[in-house]
Amino acid sequence: MSPRPPSGAPRGTGPLQKREARLAWAMLGPTFAIVALIVALPLLANFWISAKPVQLADLRPPAPKVTERVRGEAIAAGESLEVVYTVRNTSPNRPLAGVTFEDSAPEGVALAVEDPRCTLAEGRLRCAFGDLEPRARERVRVNATFAAAVADAEALLEGSAPLTTGSGDNPLTSLDFTFDNFRRVFNASEFWDVLWTSILYTVFGTGGALALGLFAALLLNQAFRGRAFLRGLFLFPYVAPVIAVAYTWVTLLDPNSGALNAILAQMGATEGPINFLGQRSAGTLNLFGLEIEFRLALTTVIVFEAWRYFPLSFLFILARMQSINTDMYEAAEIDGATPFQQFWYLSLPQLATILAILFLLRFIWTFNKFDDIFLMTGGAAGTRTLTVDVYEQAIALSNLGAGAAVAVVVFAVLLAFALVFFRFSPKEG
Amino acid sequence: MAAIRDQGGYGLRSGASVGVISGLVFGTLGMIVIGVALALVSGAPTRPPVGVAALSGLAGAAAVLLTPRDARARRGWTVSCGATLAVLLLLTLGTPFGLPLAEATLWQAIALLLFAGAVAQANWLCLGGAPLGRLSRYDFERLMIGIARGAGFVLFTVFVALPFYVMVMTSFKSQAALLANPLDFSIDLGRDDLFGSYVELFTRFNFGGYILNSAIVSLSTVVLTLLVAVPGAYAVARLRFPGRDVWAQSILLIYMVPAIVLVLPIYAVFSQLELRNTLIGLLMVYPATTIPVALYMLQGYFRGLPAEIEEAALMDGLGRAAVIVKITLPLSLPALASVALYVFMIAWNEFLFAFMFLDDPGIFTLPRGVASLNSSELPRELMMAGAVIATLPIMAIFLWLERFMVQGLAAGAVKG
Repeated sequence: MSPRPPSGAPRGTGPLQKREARLAWAMLGPTFAIVALIVALPLLANFWISAKPVQLADLRPPAPKVTERVRGEAIAAGESLEVVYTVRNTSPNRPLAGVTFEDSAPEGVALAVEDPRCTLAEGRLRCAFGDLEPRARERVRVNATFAAAVADAEALLEGSAPLTTGSGDNPLTSLDFTFDNFRRVFNASEFWDVLWTSILYTVFGTGGALALGLFAALLLNQAFRGRAFLRGLFLFPYVAPVIAVAYTWVTLLDPNSGALNAILAQMGATEGPINFLGQRSAGTLNLFGLEIEFRLALTTVIVFEAWRYFPLSFLFILARMQSINTDMYEAAEIDGATPFQQFWYLSLPQLATILAILFLLRFIWTFNKFDDIFLMTGGAAGTRTLTVDVYEQAIALSNLGAGAAVAVVVFAVLLAFALVFFRFSPKEG
Repeated sequence: MAAIRDQGGYGLRSGASVGVISGLVFGTLGMIVIGVALALVSGAPTRPPVGVAALSGLAGAAAVLLTPRDARARRGWTVSCGATLAVLLLLTLGTPFGLPLAEATLWQAIALLLFAGAVAQANWLCLGGAPLGRLSRYDFERLMIGIARGAGFVLFTVFVALPFYVMVMTSFKSQAALLANPLDFSIDLGRDDLFGSYVELFTRFNFGGYILNSAIVSLSTVVLTLLVAVPGAYAVARLRFPGRDVWAQSILLIYMVPAIVLVLPIYAVFSQLELRNTLIGLLMVYPATTIPVALYMLQGYFRGLPAEIEEAALMDGLGRAAVIVKITLPLSLPALASVALYVFMIAWNEFLFAFMFLDDPGIFTLPRGVASLNSSELPRELMMAGAVIATLPIMAIFLWLERFMVQGLAAGAVKG
């Protein structure tokens, strides 16, 4: 009697499926490895660094380094020469404790040393220096006497590499934690200004890029001669290297030799040259008793941001527009809807999804943006955003820990934004 | 399109007001664009009379509207052109660009004809079918949108193209000439050191080497990215494993991580491992930033390919690797080209990591090399020449393979 065959679909995972899953993991392995190594690990390491008192100079950890200097080559039997050992602490800012080194004399060479820090035992030289201050160096002079003639004394003596010991803490790996970085970041008077600048830059940069992209897409939505050319041209700002276009704008906007100021002056539109990138404020607006500062340099970098990234929104919005069914417009036309009504009641709802996605993506990427502002103003004149502040703290002020702390703030704000967005965004499907 | 119906009388929503707006807008825009272009091309110190130009545009618009509608196709443009020209010349007392006519006469004549012709063309196109009297809301909006489109084309084109024009032209000027007249972008073809900045970049600044470094880094990034992303994308698209959809979605989350958050830890670790000031270090970082999007774009494409061909080949005894190489990849060549171009563009343009990592001028990439030209001791035209050198290759590739590039940009919801 044969067993009854099981009814229904097979359950559980069979060996074939297991094999397929294993193959899939193997194929995804390199991706996971590289992402873990270059993205996930540094992300965690950033939290680690942000809680540590690390300076930029600490990246060269304290370590003893010995160099041996011998003068003279051919030596006759019985002659002697001087060997100078130099020990130094390679760290520019951390002390080194318990520094010693050992070196053995080659066969046929008798060493003699007068330095009290050194001892000689069975032809082995051992010197102890105790603690070494940052960048400190100590010298020991040793006399070497040769029993037999030697052709190349230097090579012979330097042939044996000295062994060193000595420990200093590597501040990156030590278990020394502090909240100073965060305290310093939040207490800094300009922190809230930096955060506010970041928000203004992100909101208006995103809005500007989307609005320009929408206008450009509306212009190119109808077929006409030269459309392909214009579409290519409109993508230029996005395709060109950021450094090239940022420096071009700097040149164009220069108060002394810039073309834009010259144009404005020739038209009689301005009295003196305007320092578009170097002037924080261009007067205040009084709106219902509320003083609003018009931030000139920030506005300029926002315009640049919109100029550089509108092509992306343009491309997506145009693609979506071209896929809208034209029947709808024909029906609306017959019903007498005006062009503006058609745009408002037909096109915009169709574009809502792509606009929301673009807003989300561009918002995040604008918030993350560093290069553009850094290259145009370096964060001066009230354009310092959080990302530029990371660089400012870590590299310009050489405080790696504080920079990492700002980076943690960047990450936290992003996370908060993502949570809010996903909480309140309408679910599709 | 049905002819626009004249509802008679005068009102705010009438052909007359459309004409006023059209005339003012195109007159102003035309003068700004052509007046500035004249200054840029000829180097003459023009003073474009914008207000008068707006009035001349108005005259041109009136000329179109006052011509009987059935005659506009024949002589609308000519009449409008004449009216614009006459008003401009009359009101500026014969100095249409604020210059005596003796100065740069040929250029002025060309600019004048161009201005009148272009403004007349714009007025004629926008107002050709418009009556003078009141309009229905539908017709009014159509006409206004026509004007907005015309102005939009001009504004967008100038806005996008002007910086690139300035970039190229500045690289041919000398600092002294630029300071003397920042508007003079005329090229003196007689100058024997026209390409002086470029020659200097290649002889004194090793830009040849930078191009080579950039090419090596970018191409290696493309190869590494494809080597890793193709199998990954295939696995996500074709193989069943637990959590597949979650992985496919979350891979893009990596794109949300700001580079500036990653750069400090990587800087610290690479410094201690002595990988920092090396191209190898860059080649570890760049693929990590491009693999996720490449994988995402490719898996989308692989999913669209019919699985039946691959299944048949598997039945016939071909291994997975052979299936990918012999069937999947040849079928997805367009997608591979898009991804490769897009990754190339990212690596070629990348600034932050190159700037932070590379100290040794021998291994500078182009963006890092251009950044090193930003010094008050070096003249601007060197920087602009560097910018042109960095931009030209990627632009050439873009124009040559625009179709793939646009697909690449559009396919993966890509990064900036």
